[in-house]
Amino acid sequence: MRAVAAALAVSSSFLAVSVVLAQSRSSGKPPVGAAPKYDPAIYAELQKAPEKARNRLNPLENDPDAVAAGAILFEQHCAECHGNSAEGSPKAPSLLVPEVQSATPGALFWLLTNGVVRKKMPVWSKLPEPQRWQLVRYIKSLGGRALPGDSPAPKP
Amino acid sequence: MASIYRRTLLGFFSFSLLLVFYLAPALAQENPYFVAYDHYLEEPGNLEIEYFSTFGSQRGGNSFHAFWTEFEYGATAWWTTELYLDGQTTFNDSTVFTGFRWENRFRPLQREHFINPVLYVEYENKNGADKILKEGEGHDLESDFLVSNAEAQKEHIHEVELKLILSSTFKGWNLTENTLAAKNLSNSPWEFGYALGASRPLALKASAKRCTFCPQNFIGGVEMYGGLGDRHNFGLHDTSHYLAPVLAWNLPSGWTLRFSPGFGLNDNSHSFLMRWGVSREITGFASMVTRFFGGHQ
Repeated sequence: MRAVAAALAVSSSFLAVSVVLAQSRSSGKPPVGAAPKYDPAIYAELQKAPEKARNRLNPLENDPDAVAAGAILFEQHCAECHGNSAEGSPKAPSLLVPEVQSATPGALFWLLTNGVVRKKMPVWSKLPEPQRWQLVRYIKSLGGRALPGDSPAPKP
Repeated sequence: MASIYRRTLLGFFSFSLLLVFYLAPALAQENPYFVAYDHYLEEPGNLEIEYFSTFGSQRGGNSFHAFWTEFEYGATAWWTTELYLDGQTTFNDSTVFTGFRWENRFRPLQREHFINPVLYVEYENKNGADKILKEGEGHDLESDFLVSNAEAQKEHIHEVELKLILSSTFKGWNLTENTLAAKNLSNSPWEFGYALGASRPLALKASAKRCTFCPQNFIGGVEMYGGLGDRHNFGLHDTSHYLAPVLAWNLPSGWTLRFSPGFGLNDNSHSFLMRWGVSREITGFASMVTRFFGGHQ
């Protein structure tokens, strides 16, 4: 019974830690549904892509299915944080802004592969390379939906 | 008193089931391993609830079915924390709760490299009846499992386990190597073990249509694990080793199914282990908890 009690104690602690983490992550952030603020500094990570990575061409540039496949991948792996239409959310920035849309496919692929782990963006190299390139095609296909500097409100 | 414990435990599991079915699932891209770890951590704020089973054949004794539940939470993009609750049924003997584990994995490097290290720290509070075979360590032998549950439960084990996970992904293949060092906090020597794994999705490109049976949803591979003795007697002498093909099926509904038949590689190992598991990844668990307590996201 001591083991069961200990398990319960640890379970409760686990939940408590989750709550504390969640609260600390949220402090100072806008409430749910608020439009994310446009902050160019967030996109500075894209500039850190090495030249070789930035100049890589998308091998699926002419693949007619890449955008459709990328849209499904985006919905499955990215929409939770970046919003259903990549408009951004309090958790993660918009991908419709000029910084992203004018970035080279190679730079976007590099960022997907490496993540920004100190700023909550996970490493996505667990998706095979072709799937990351499909995602890049989809993200680039969203270009022009937003005005420069706009911070579109998320969909309801 | 015992009934209160049982009810509380039942309540905890019911709450977990509610989470599994109620909250928004995410399509998981889970690896197929049961023992080995790769360098990918849980996405921040996501909770993955997993159930695993191991059936083991036992020479000279009763075969068993060991089972465990994992609650894996992405605290940050570089830290995943996980709680395990373990139990087992030994046929013609009894069903017992065997303990819990609290595991943490840390990613020390910010970027992706050819070899990616992850540091693993685990605390185990279990009894001697534990049979989940989640790792091979020290001089663990098949004959250790011949002890009856009643007798084995009398042994209380408080153990710290450290792992260095080195993992690479190359042309769709994941290759991983885990080195393990474990210390029973009683006066026992450090014990060592290893796990190796290789896996690859059956297709690397995603389909342009939503599908359940698309080859990219299946990840196949193989893992091998075993003990390496202890500080006083390091090496392969009196150790057990296993080789196991592994398969994971990541369903679009957010469920992942895993399956792995394992084979003992020497006379000290169980000749056959059959493992299977089911898991579901829940997105936005942190946000849900925050909202529940009236906070802002």
